[in-house]
Amino acid sequence: MIAEARDGAQTLLKCLEAGGIEYMFGYSGGAALPIFDALETAGTKIKFVLARHEQGATHMADGYARATGKPAAVLVTSGPGAGNTITGIMTAHMDSIPMIVITGQQVTWMLGKDAFQEADIFGITMPVVKHSYLVKDTDDIPRIAKEAIHIATSGRPGPVLIDMPKNISQGPCNAPLDMPMDLPGYHPEIANVFNQEDVIAIADALNRSQRPLILAGHGAMLAHAGPELKFLAETCQIPVTSTLLGKGIFPESHELSLGMLGMHGTAYANKAVCEADLIMSIGSRFDDRIIGQADKFGRNATIVHIDIDPSEIGKMIRPDLQAIGDAKVILAELNKHVTRLQTQSWLATLNGYKKRFPLGYKKQGGLKMQHVLDVLDTLTKSKAVITTDVGQHQMWAAQFCKTEAPWDWISSGGAGTMGFGFPAAIGAQFGRPGEPVIAVVGDGGFQMTLFELSTAVIHKLPLKILVLNNHYLGMVRQWQELFFDNRKSGVDLEGNPDFVKVAEAYGAKGFQIKRPADIEKILTRALEYNEGPCLINCEVLQEDNVFPMIPAGAALEDMIIEKPKYRMEKPIGST
Amino acid sequence: MKNRTIVTTDTPVPMEIKPPEQPLHTLSVLVNNQPGVLARIAQVFARRGFNIESLVVSPANDGRFSRMTIGARGDAENLDQIKAQCGKLIDVIHCSDHTEDDVVSKELALVKVAVGPDRRAEALQIGEHFGCKTLDLTPDSLILMVTGDTGKLDAMISMMQDFGLIELVRTGKVVMTRGEGLT
Repeated sequence: MIAEARDGAQTLLKCLEAGGIEYMFGYSGGAALPIFDALETAGTKIKFVLARHEQGATHMADGYARATGKPAAVLVTSGPGAGNTITGIMTAHMDSIPMIVITGQQVTWMLGKDAFQEADIFGITMPVVKHSYLVKDTDDIPRIAKEAIHIATSGRPGPVLIDMPKNISQGPCNAPLDMPMDLPGYHPEIANVFNQEDVIAIADALNRSQRPLILAGHGAMLAHAGPELKFLAETCQIPVTSTLLGKGIFPESHELSLGMLGMHGTAYANKAVCEADLIMSIGSRFDDRIIGQADKFGRNATIVHIDIDPSEIGKMIRPDLQAIGDAKVILAELNKHVTRLQTQSWLATLNGYKKRFPLGYKKQGGLKMQHVLDVLDTLTKSKAVITTDVGQHQMWAAQFCKTEAPWDWISSGGAGTMGFGFPAAIGAQFGRPGEPVIAVVGDGGFQMTLFELSTAVIHKLPLKILVLNNHYLGMVRQWQELFFDNRKSGVDLEGNPDFVKVAEAYGAKGFQIKRPADIEKILTRALEYNEGPCLINCEVLQEDNVFPMIPAGAALEDMIIEKPKYRMEKPIGST
Repeated sequence: MKNRTIVTTDTPVPMEIKPPEQPLHTLSVLVNNQPGVLARIAQVFARRGFNIESLVVSPANDGRFSRMTIGARGDAENLDQIKAQCGKLIDVIHCSDHTEDDVVSKELALVKVAVGPDRRAEALQIGEHFGCKTLDLTPDSLILMVTGDTGKLDAMISMMQDFGLIELVRTGKVVMTRGEGLT
């Protein structure tokens, strides 16, 4: 029965591979040496990608998961290597992204003695993981690897960390590769068991409503509930708005789509929320950037909350009706009890809003981010995988790059992590080779992780990096203009490098867009360039503002469509 | 010494402590008996602004699990959120709120009183009234052990204030559901 001798590290890789892990992004180091050696000796099919910074590695694994729905692993060393993963783990945790993070660690007998590159990463990461392990016995590895993948990918997904002391990874493992899990407190399978009465009550409320609205969130995507959602919307004739992370779960070109709602959502989506008599959230957590002032959100509406995570029910908004479970399963049942609703006049009202308050921009007066993104959307026919960083470009990309299919929109929502977009695009491109992947980034965020150009160039990834360069931290500058008497503080990115030369220095292709007239021509050339990564630097207007906008903490009805003439109060909400 | 209230063990007690603004809840949490679990639970409470007032952790009858009995103050809505967040932890088997359940509830306190020969008899008499055991006796102090529900302990302690408390150690509450049902 005993197979050939193997150590803990080899066992770990074999178990991760058996669990479906195909890619591992990481950065080597002393305490992880046995695991890196096992990549050479274990005969694993797992493909390792060397990043240039551990944060980049985590965002790559994140982008891979968001583009494919499958988890990837991260492998780093102890101490600073592990510490550098925190932002990436937090980003994944906030957005419910499955990820397995393996950290090297000091030998067990040195733990707690402040040994070289020892960090209590198990303790440090506790608030930002779904679960974590510090392995103390080599024979536990098969069970832990299996549990980690199960936990990361089931129920509400999330990152799981496995801290591997060096003596554990290089010690002999005698346990079989397939061991049973031991998780008495974890029962994600109950997500498929829902309360029938809850669903009937929701169907009744829906069938009585005259102005219903579906709010589709990331949970609907994670549950692969797109077909059920489309059936529900079309059968009942209900308009659909989505959260930032829900983009793509319902095609945005669909006549029932209202696009994204919230702080920088479309005016018609936010007006729909204000006027609806029933708001049905499917897998959204009523994030503060969606609801604004909580006690005014949907005051006149029946609020329905469908979520897999019971702790989301009533966390922000206390719903009138609820159903806890997997969105796909619940919608499939709900669809049996609904009928076509008389929503013609409601849809006509919303279509009126679409005509009155369209997303727009002026093509004159300099190069605008909106214009670049609008043309990009046209040229890609809304069929590219778009990743973004965080800031003005992200909101404009959300507005102007229509997302037609699930898993095509990749953006750091909850955490709002700058530096995410480019490495996430690398992960996405690994996951979906042959498909167009475009990283839409600002000049600020891009500089936080641009060193991953090496990674992209080495692997000849044909991704496009669209740098919307306004030489400012634009969103913060916008807030300073609107709420702080235009006092610019800490937002001027003077000293930006020549991004085209940076790209070329790394061996990537560089393009430049300086005038509106260049947009289509240059973007077409960039999209056709597939020999490796290319960067398109767009010298856009320095000072421009994203509208519509709901000041943080304000009610949705207080949305502003353009810059007001009067001086605005500082917002109550944080960001 | 004037206006002293007569306190017995079976009458409700006027507490010296100011009435709390938020109700005290008792959570019983069954968890995996593993390192780090207490830290995970404590983090949920800290993050939601709940102050843990008492905490008892010990192995359950099945040694793979531990039982935590947590006393905490906060509004009911927030408590629901904490229960849900605790329940989400992989290491938590189940988590229940026993504020209004039909439970028996006990606590133990060690009370070190500054009392010399002149008032020792008086202190011991009060102690006897509360069913205390005397664990230690020196010329200038004594240690009493009292068990019972929280109100009884509060009453006993408030009576001992009069002699001068040197030190006080309370275990925190443990609860168990009455009848056959599980806690």
